[in-house]
Amino acid sequence: MKVPLSWLREYVDLPVATAQEIADRLTAAGLKLEAITSYGHDVKNVVVGEVLAIEELQGFKKPIRHCQVEVGEAAPREIVCGATNFVVGDRVPVVLPGGVLPGGFEVGARKTYGRMSEGMICSERELGLSDEHNGIMVLPEGTPIGADVVELLGLRDDVIEMEITPDIGYALSVRGVAREAATAFKVAFLDPADVSPPAESAPSYPASIADPTACDRFVLREIQGFDQSAQSPLWMRTRLSRAGMRPVSLAVDVTNYVMLELGQPLHAFDAAKLQGEIVVRRAEPGERLETLDHVVRELDPEDILITDASGAISMAGTMGGLNTEISDASTDIVIEAAHFSASGVARMSRRHNLVSEASKRFERGVDRELPLYASWRAAQLLAELGGGVIQPGVTHAAIEIEPARVSISSDYPGRVAGVVYDRDTVVRCLEQVGCTVESGSVAPADEIAAKLAVTGDDMLTVTPPSWRPDLTDPNDLAEEVIRLEGYEKLPSILPGAPAGAGLTESQRLRRRVGRALAGSGYVEILAYPFVGERDFDNMQLPADDARRLAVRLANPLSEDEPLMRTTLLPGLLKTLVRNVGRGFGDAALFETGLVYRPSADAPATAPVLSVERRPQEDELALIESALPAQPLRVGVVLAGEFERSGWWGAGRAGGWADAVEAARTVAREAGVVLDVRADRHEPWHPGRCAALYAGDVLVGHAGELHPRVVEAYGLPPRTSAMELELTRLERLAPGTAQAPAMLSAYPVATQDVALVVDGETPVGAVEAALREGAGDLLESIRLFDVYAGAQIGEGRKSLAYSLRFRAPNRTLTVEETTAARDAAVALAGERTGAQLRGV
Amino acid sequence: MSNYDPVEVTPLHADEMARMQADALDAIKAARDLDELKQVRLVHAGDRSPIALANREIGALPPAARAEAGKRIGGARKAVAEALAERQAQLEAERDERVLVEETVDVTLPWDRVARGARHPLTTLQERIADAFVGMGYEVAEGPELEGEWFNFDALNISPDHPARSEHDTFFVESVESGKVLRTQTSPVQIRALLSRSLPVYVISPGKVFRTDELDATHTPVFHQVEGLAVDEGLTMAHLKGTLDRFAEVMFGEGITTRFRPNYFPFTEPSAEMDLKCFVCRGASAVPGNPPCRTCKSEGWIEWGGCGMVNPRVLIACGVDPGRYSGFAFGMGIERTLMFRHNAEDMRDMVEGDVRFTLPFGMEV
Repeated sequence: MKVPLSWLREYVDLPVATAQEIADRLTAAGLKLEAITSYGHDVKNVVVGEVLAIEELQGFKKPIRHCQVEVGEAAPREIVCGATNFVVGDRVPVVLPGGVLPGGFEVGARKTYGRMSEGMICSERELGLSDEHNGIMVLPEGTPIGADVVELLGLRDDVIEMEITPDIGYALSVRGVAREAATAFKVAFLDPADVSPPAESAPSYPASIADPTACDRFVLREIQGFDQSAQSPLWMRTRLSRAGMRPVSLAVDVTNYVMLELGQPLHAFDAAKLQGEIVVRRAEPGERLETLDHVVRELDPEDILITDASGAISMAGTMGGLNTEISDASTDIVIEAAHFSASGVARMSRRHNLVSEASKRFERGVDRELPLYASWRAAQLLAELGGGVIQPGVTHAAIEIEPARVSISSDYPGRVAGVVYDRDTVVRCLEQVGCTVESGSVAPADEIAAKLAVTGDDMLTVTPPSWRPDLTDPNDLAEEVIRLEGYEKLPSILPGAPAGAGLTESQRLRRRVGRALAGSGYVEILAYPFVGERDFDNMQLPADDARRLAVRLANPLSEDEPLMRTTLLPGLLKTLVRNVGRGFGDAALFETGLVYRPSADAPATAPVLSVERRPQEDELALIESALPAQPLRVGVVLAGEFERSGWWGAGRAGGWADAVEAARTVAREAGVVLDVRADRHEPWHPGRCAALYAGDVLVGHAGELHPRVVEAYGLPPRTSAMELELTRLERLAPGTAQAPAMLSAYPVATQDVALVVDGETPVGAVEAALREGAGDLLESIRLFDVYAGAQIGEGRKSLAYSLRFRAPNRTLTVEETTAARDAAVALAGERTGAQLRGV
Repeated sequence: MSNYDPVEVTPLHADEMARMQADALDAIKAARDLDELKQVRLVHAGDRSPIALANREIGALPPAARAEAGKRIGGARKAVAEALAERQAQLEAERDERVLVEETVDVTLPWDRVARGARHPLTTLQERIADAFVGMGYEVAEGPELEGEWFNFDALNISPDHPARSEHDTFFVESVESGKVLRTQTSPVQIRALLSRSLPVYVISPGKVFRTDELDATHTPVFHQVEGLAVDEGLTMAHLKGTLDRFAEVMFGEGITTRFRPNYFPFTEPSAEMDLKCFVCRGASAVPGNPPCRTCKSEGWIEWGGCGMVNPRVLIACGVDPGRYSGFAFGMGIERTLMFRHNAEDMRDMVEGDVRFTLPFGMEV
């Protein structure tokens, strides 16, 4: 909402204060300052002149005039001018040499077109009044020569732009802002709606309300003999454009001016184009209307319409119809001022994606008592400025509505604020807002009101004013008192919360996982969770892969990515590509985030439950069952060198093993030892893909990506990745770590074995067998070499292990450790066909 | 004493002893390194050294002479042993000195063999905020990102026709009628906390939220908020102010100035916006003529977040008796907080995942 201060000062007796000071007070009252725009403060030395003589200069590409202009000095000024819309005797604004126009544009005396020009005759645009630049500005006859144009035309003004929250629709008007300013400065407020329309008994143009849920007040007045050639006066055009509305024509400008001033949207119909009685009703199926913006709109049976015998003529409070629009030929005008259902207009505006100045006000709440006054103010302006005659009579269809009343105890605002306001303060604040306050209480109007009701010894019954439909609950009234007394006066008291339990195990785990991966060299990213079918194709997912079942957005930002991710990998891969593209070929990234996994048989819709009570558990369960599973996952991708080359020697390219190790790093933080098994799973390389198990539960995959995936995403060769479901892993965490029973101080006995196995045999299986076969004396086992070569035969490999044995209570003998080692080798031989090398 | 030998042995003569001792001391002194000293030790202090051999002869002396000879030999052995130890220490020190010099390296060589990683500042900032409240007794609450419309709007007193609802630029799931949305705010976690926890409730909930804004320097469709909720008996707006004042101090340091100004949110009533006096220019940049401030854009104040007393209608939708309980709630943007706490200027840097943005933040922010 943009309000010129000159307009505001008409209705509130503001003290001498800068625009900033006024805006600060309004901000403190809840009307937040967005911007202050100043007009005309830099303008000087612009005076009224009379054109005494005009000489048309010849020989130039455009008409040029050399004028003698009387400006109230000893002698007339000679001024060169390119405009031709004036004649001798016209009074015009003249900026004299040394003068300044808006924007700091200085004007001097200079020679141009072969003549002296001592200043400039100005257009409205040059004076910063409007966009009008078709010729210079001609002032009314009799404007005093030599008068200061800045004062005369009110060039100087400041416009305060405020952000108006959706609850206070009344502040979308000079009237509402003036009321707040008057309260803030404790000065008098003159209500611009106080226009005293004459008491009328006869109706004007016939109208009725067919649907009382759509409209509860509908007012029409008629003006005849309106002069469509009449122009809006400069002051009106200036105010409209400074308030952010483009001047159009007198009839339109007047309706906009009254709307800005009072907050009541108005509509003007060409009376000649109306047919029969006007009825406010809902649309009928199949009904259409071509609106002022030349769009033919299919109407919805919920839409609120103004209709006549011909059908729909306007979408109530949203946009008028083209057929009954005021035109250059209109002389008889019917002015409509009404109070439409806020939610009805809101829905219609949303349904048709049509937001207008009118709909914005109606959905935020318009004073339902305004239509009679606003329509009269508009009629007066049209008659005064456009020469029309206001026809006697007013059509006034209304549904009587009992004003809402709310009871609070006089100490309630203080109980909400945490300070004490005495009764007089509470009553005064509520009255400043416009409420009527009486002693005693009223019964709650409905069930919700009963639940909201507050009690106390000294009850007040408050009737909010008609322009505050937002004041319905005790807390709404409390806010008004606290706001007017000043939020800045609230004390600051830290409440004593009960002792909390700190972070949950799951929350701690997430932090540890992040730190562990970052400590291992991975950089965290937060990718958007949007993906497209193309990602699933790029990942080489089979047609029936469960990850292709994704949640689809109704209104995605990009048609290429309408789905919610079912895996973290696309975001990680695309981010890796971006980093590589920016020159970081050695990159390791990780992300922790939710994936969205809908189930095929989930209900399509989640019910919207009542808000008047706590929902039943089964009702809540209905919502939950319609939502997809949203497990937390962690993923990594890496490419290039994982250990850098340098002066110390060659580095090491990252690969599948680093990806698997990243999974182990994550699992370690959860206290879980992963069981790694070979697998084939897209998007991984079929020969370099590990399935990650915690016990028997599959928790993720890791390895090198499939070369086709690498190609599809444009990744560096051998890019590797891991993805693991933390939600699943954390359920398998063993809980509190236990200290070992006793740390043996007896010596360790080490035995090395080299086992030859078939090349295909997974090392994991060999190690598991050795571990089991070695028995309790085994302290640790470590694979220290893998060898394949001619010495051990084609298709075979040799695994060299170091086994460490220790007993808790004695020094082991060579016989004992040898026996344990032999048992280990035997079991590995039995399970995996391993043979001792060289035997 | 059958082996008594009355013959006086030459090596036990005083002058002979002195010569042997002097020879030994000269040799020790002449040893140039530890190996030579080892030889000297063998020759002059070993089992077959002249002094050792002389010592063996003591038994052959007449009893009267033994004491004096023993004293003489003891003295010589002591002098040699001391000289050896001293020279040993000296030579070891010299050797150490030399070796250490030889082992000198260029300690300015770079060592970036293992690359550093880092956590995203938006993650660690959320953790820092959570920690601030955990320190005040709060617990960290969570909820789904793809949320029921009832949780995201209706239960928060944002009715279907409410203007605030269309201002939310909601991503709808499947269709606008599905009752499912990507949550537009972390506030639905308030509802989940009130439905699932026993009173009193003090929770903080950082998380990801979604609005249909195109990415630019100041907007992103996926961003982060932190939501706080306290519902207890007797909570007031003064408690809300106290809590946020404390929070501001924890985040921006002691002496930070805050202000409340009226605002509107359907789920709180009364509602307020919390502003911070710019901690860089201390508000000075708002005065015309003073140098501009990047952090507050010369407004003097930084809009930090919205807050208010939980609207009793929200309590009713969660089955909490507003006659007995009251509460406050607040919410802040994490990206925004990162922008002015860490001078991050462009929202795009936060979402693109460029490692150059994230690495400087390390493990904590």
